[in-house]
Amino acid sequence: MSDTHAPAHRPQDLDDAIAGGVGESPLRPDGTLKVRGDFAYSSDLWAENMLWGATLRSPHPSARIRSVDIGPALRSPGVHAVLTAEDVPGRNLYGLKDIDQPVLAEDVVRYRGEAVALVAADHPETARRALDLIEVDYEVLEPVVDAELAAHDDSLPKVHPGGNTVRYQPIVKGDPEVTADVVVSGTYTVGMQDQAFLGPESGLAIPAEDGGVDLYLATQDLHTDRKQTAAALDLDPELVRMTMSGVGGAFGGREDLSMQVHVCMLALRTGRPVKIVYDREESFFGHVHRHPAKMYYEHGATRDGDLVFVRAQLYFDGGAYASKTPVVVGNGTTLGVGPYDVANVSIQGWGMYTNNPPCGAMRGLGAVQPAFAYESQMDRLAEALDMDPVELRIRNAISRGDTTPTGQVLDYPAPVAELLRRVRELPLPEAPAAGAEPDIRDLPGGASNTTHGEGVVRGVGYGVCIKNICYAEGADDFSTARVRLQNVAGEPLAMVHTAAAEVGQGLVTVQQQIARSELEVERVNIHPNDTSVGPAGSSSASRQTYVTGGAVQAACRAVRERLLAITAERFGEPAAELSLSGGKIVSRESGVLADIAEVLGSEAIEETREYHHRETFPLDERGRSERAQVQHAFSAHRAVVDVDTELGLIKVVQLDCSQDVGKAVNPESVVGQIQGGSAQGLGLAVMEEIQVGEGKIRNPSFTDYLIPTILDMPPMNVDVIERGDPNAPYGVRGVGEPPTISSTPAIVAAIRAATGRDLTHVPVGPEHIIG
Amino acid sequence: MRLNLTVNGRAMTADDVWEGESLLYVLRERLGLPGSKNACEQGECGSCTVYLDRVPVCACLVAAGQAQDREVGTVEGLADGEELSTVQRAFIDEGAVQCGFCTPGLLVAADDLIERVPEPSDAEIREALAGNLCRCTGYEKIMAAVRTAAERSGGTSGSGSSAGGDRT
Amino acid sequence: MDFLRPAGWSEALEAKANHPDATPIAGGTDVMVELNFDHRRPETLLDLTRIEQLREWSRTERNGVPTVRIGAAVPYARLIEELGTTLPGLAMAARTVGSPQIRNRGTLGGNLASASPAGDGHPPLLASNAEIELESVRGSRTLPLADFFTGVKRTDMAPDELIAAVHVPEGTGPQQFSKIGTRNAMVIAVCTFAVALHPRRRGVGTGLGSAAPTPRSATEAEEFLAGALAEDGQWDDPRPLPASVTERFGELVARAAAPIDDVRGTAGYRTHALHVLARRTLSWAWDEYRSGTELSGRQRCA
Repeated sequence: MSDTHAPAHRPQDLDDAIAGGVGESPLRPDGTLKVRGDFAYSSDLWAENMLWGATLRSPHPSARIRSVDIGPALRSPGVHAVLTAEDVPGRNLYGLKDIDQPVLAEDVVRYRGEAVALVAADHPETARRALDLIEVDYEVLEPVVDAELAAHDDSLPKVHPGGNTVRYQPIVKGDPEVTADVVVSGTYTVGMQDQAFLGPESGLAIPAEDGGVDLYLATQDLHTDRKQTAAALDLDPELVRMTMSGVGGAFGGREDLSMQVHVCMLALRTGRPVKIVYDREESFFGHVHRHPAKMYYEHGATRDGDLVFVRAQLYFDGGAYASKTPVVVGNGTTLGVGPYDVANVSIQGWGMYTNNPPCGAMRGLGAVQPAFAYESQMDRLAEALDMDPVELRIRNAISRGDTTPTGQVLDYPAPVAELLRRVRELPLPEAPAAGAEPDIRDLPGGASNTTHGEGVVRGVGYGVCIKNICYAEGADDFSTARVRLQNVAGEPLAMVHTAAAEVGQGLVTVQQQIARSELEVERVNIHPNDTSVGPAGSSSASRQTYVTGGAVQAACRAVRERLLAITAERFGEPAAELSLSGGKIVSRESGVLADIAEVLGSEAIEETREYHHRETFPLDERGRSERAQVQHAFSAHRAVVDVDTELGLIKVVQLDCSQDVGKAVNPESVVGQIQGGSAQGLGLAVMEEIQVGEGKIRNPSFTDYLIPTILDMPPMNVDVIERGDPNAPYGVRGVGEPPTISSTPAIVAAIRAATGRDLTHVPVGPEHIIG
Repeated sequence: MRLNLTVNGRAMTADDVWEGESLLYVLRERLGLPGSKNACEQGECGSCTVYLDRVPVCACLVAAGQAQDREVGTVEGLADGEELSTVQRAFIDEGAVQCGFCTPGLLVAADDLIERVPEPSDAEIREALAGNLCRCTGYEKIMAAVRTAAERSGGTSGSGSSAGGDRT
Repeated sequence: MDFLRPAGWSEALEAKANHPDATPIAGGTDVMVELNFDHRRPETLLDLTRIEQLREWSRTERNGVPTVRIGAAVPYARLIEELGTTLPGLAMAARTVGSPQIRNRGTLGGNLASASPAGDGHPPLLASNAEIELESVRGSRTLPLADFFTGVKRTDMAPDELIAAVHVPEGTGPQQFSKIGTRNAMVIAVCTFAVALHPRRRGVGTGLGSAAPTPRSATEAEEFLAGALAEDGQWDDPRPLPASVTERFGELVARAAAPIDDVRGTAGYRTHALHVLARRTLSWAWDEYRSGTELSGRQRCA
């Protein structure tokens, strides 16, 4: 693409001079841009002659489209294009696993919010008014809204022609019929959570002279977006060039396509740059959410507290399109007993189509829901056994060498018991000084002045979890990195180029650290992510430091090998005797031979490498697999919660976490991930739920979909341990997801301890507490 | 309509402004200042916090015409040329920035807090920043950044320990 | 869309008379949300932020009662800073409105004009028997706040009228305000309750929010409590209130509510919470009264 067409605010090279290798905590290379307000997020982009795109969405969760009349909209002044399903140039279907979702609805709409038509106009308001002029004649149908019913009632309407089951997966281990001394059972439900990333879906598409299109956007996975977009546009993928712009958070919500195809269609049709930016309300309709779940659990144990069996039926509501539902069922069932060693397991999981909003990836994918259930069960079991809940967990904790319910032997550290012991030992908050008048901001209700201490009871609770890291069940999971080493003004400079999405987690920092450590250079620039380098996969499944870190490491090592080979030839020393140190090439025999920059001269060394992690294998029909998942990660939380037992209001006083991260490549960023993940788990525990009634979202706004504020999130003690995984680069273990998973059950356990209530649904609301 | 206002000390003019536009839209789309962010556009997230006549407000809730002849200060105006402001520096140093979308609004809100209350207690920091949502950090490092900024600005509060309880 | 920017009050009234459909906008905290989300497209916006007199408050006397006249465009932040001791209940409520940014911008007049059942400013105004001053080119009129609200987001205002001010009798006794939300900051009320003790006239004021189609007072509860206090000689010789009195007060407050189920809470919870809040706020107010702080109701950590 020529520079004359580049957007005014464009993705920047990250070239701040920052030092620090693997294991240190250097600052972010994008920090200065971000605090200055100069970082180019996808919604900040602007191009000369740019039009605004807008999307008409279905008001009904289930309806047949009889007709669409775009005439009046098209004739409206300032409108440059109005497009419907007929205008989709290629395949009018996309999807991450199952290709089942139309780019624009054809004859039916399957959820309220489904895209039906597009407009490009010279101003957002012109586009909105044109949407009003598009006349769609709907025949409204009865929606399917209950996933459990959909799994068993064949008389319900079929949301898709193939039926309503996206995936059914049983897991059977040992004797599913075995009996036990003590049995506890429960039914648990998890509400629909939203990723609530702050940067709305947005992209700027610029038509290119070669018939292709350049799309600047925020996403988690450029290549998967491109593959789906190119198919829908009927273009060679090489003609669909995607460049990552600043991403305002993701958390799974940017795995699926949102505006990608739409904005490209409008740009190609009008021949002008087109930008689409969702507002917050549209964002709630424009991306998938966390699957709501209903889960039936039965735990059996000996009188001594040894788990004998776990049986469960898990129902996940996938909504109108499959998205990541197959993976949610896979993760939910395989991880459904939690981080415990259980001899007899019978779990069945259903992921269902309904006419509810589509659900897909969110941090902790498929592991969040069962963790709430199995940890609630462990507390219930501890009560039935009159045992300490932490002791019960330690007694049954899985560890290295144990076999998972799928038959996989854990061949890396699994320090679950250690994490529980450590989190229990972290300091508890000091009790308020006797007689001191409390600051109402420290009490449930805060400045809203609902209590001065009346009804407030403190509770403490624990939660621990397991999460698989990286793609699983036989997916070829890999990432690609290109590293270029050159001499710039007498200094060696490494440029790292990947398609791996920096979504805020600090991957750019980690890539620099790896390059500095591997190449012994100070200056490492990060090239903007784009599709001109090979795929990196998604910034999801806590996988990027593992796989992209591995790819950067491999590419750096390949560069180093070439550099050393050149040096060996020039100085007549065997390459095996050479190493890099502090920007210089050092021989074991003769000491410093030369500066790296000097050897490079005017030549650049560039290498591209893929990193594939160990192979995984699909589950069979009984849920068996030699290695379903490449790695597991664990975290344990302790929550201290004050509950106003009369009003049902909650103040989390302290939230502590112990987590094994294998190797902390950037210890401060690890802590940041644990704090942020824990906050999202807190949100699910006490406030976050998309309320859906008859297929319609009732609270699509930040006024009524509440996420934690700084007054809701308590101080944390974070305890990070490093029990390296011998199979992973540097021994790393995925970090991002576990803290989102174990914080929720810990908080609910603390509320139970304070109130004595059962609390079988998250988020816990005041109504649940006062009963 | 035509709109004249002062932004970060510079007189600016925007033409052909539709009357229903917000100050946020004008800043981002007409004046080339996209630093203030468009996260919720309903006053719930604080990402668009700007100074309006030196008072922090949500730019999404100011009608464009209400900014006529007013003074607006945005995140782009916090630094003194190449020199970052104390609050900006502290946010970087303390790792308070992840995706960074909430950062511009938080910086303006924190800048205002330290201006008004040079040595804020933790409770004061939390109450002052309650209108700025962050989805990435869990706020702990934001607390640390504001404490650090206050210290560096001349406040005498203690260390910015991030765990084990708030300071009162 | 037209954007009118009157520089003075009479100009604003003329503009409203000429454009009765014009939507007044001050803090913008309601109007701009509707504009941003395409929920409303008024023909004309009438900006009130340039009218200095709307941003002023003053102490006056009304019917012999010391009263604060608050211009319609005084933002919440100034109610907290400047009127915390004179009108403590209102200041406490103002502190719970949105975020600092919202409180810097949002105005009491806007709160009243929106007439949301959840408006945080309404209950303490009701508890203090506030009056609202409406004006048009035809003249000015003042009516009790209770008569101003006519339905959900509906008021008694004529199309050519603007809110000029609110008249709030100065507090002569403790005042309290509580608001239920499912987050510890920045929430729209699930329900709110305000109570004000008026020792000079031996009366009790209450206000309920998010509890009925319009903000309302719990008249029966007020009368019961005033009666009980008088009967026991409590005004002159305050002793601890019997549990039966606080409990009955809570019951009567809850009975005054006619709440609904919505995304923020259930009717049942609202009724229950109002009962609890009424009991608690009364006990706090009474403790203050007993401690001899005749005019207090200060926030515990303002």
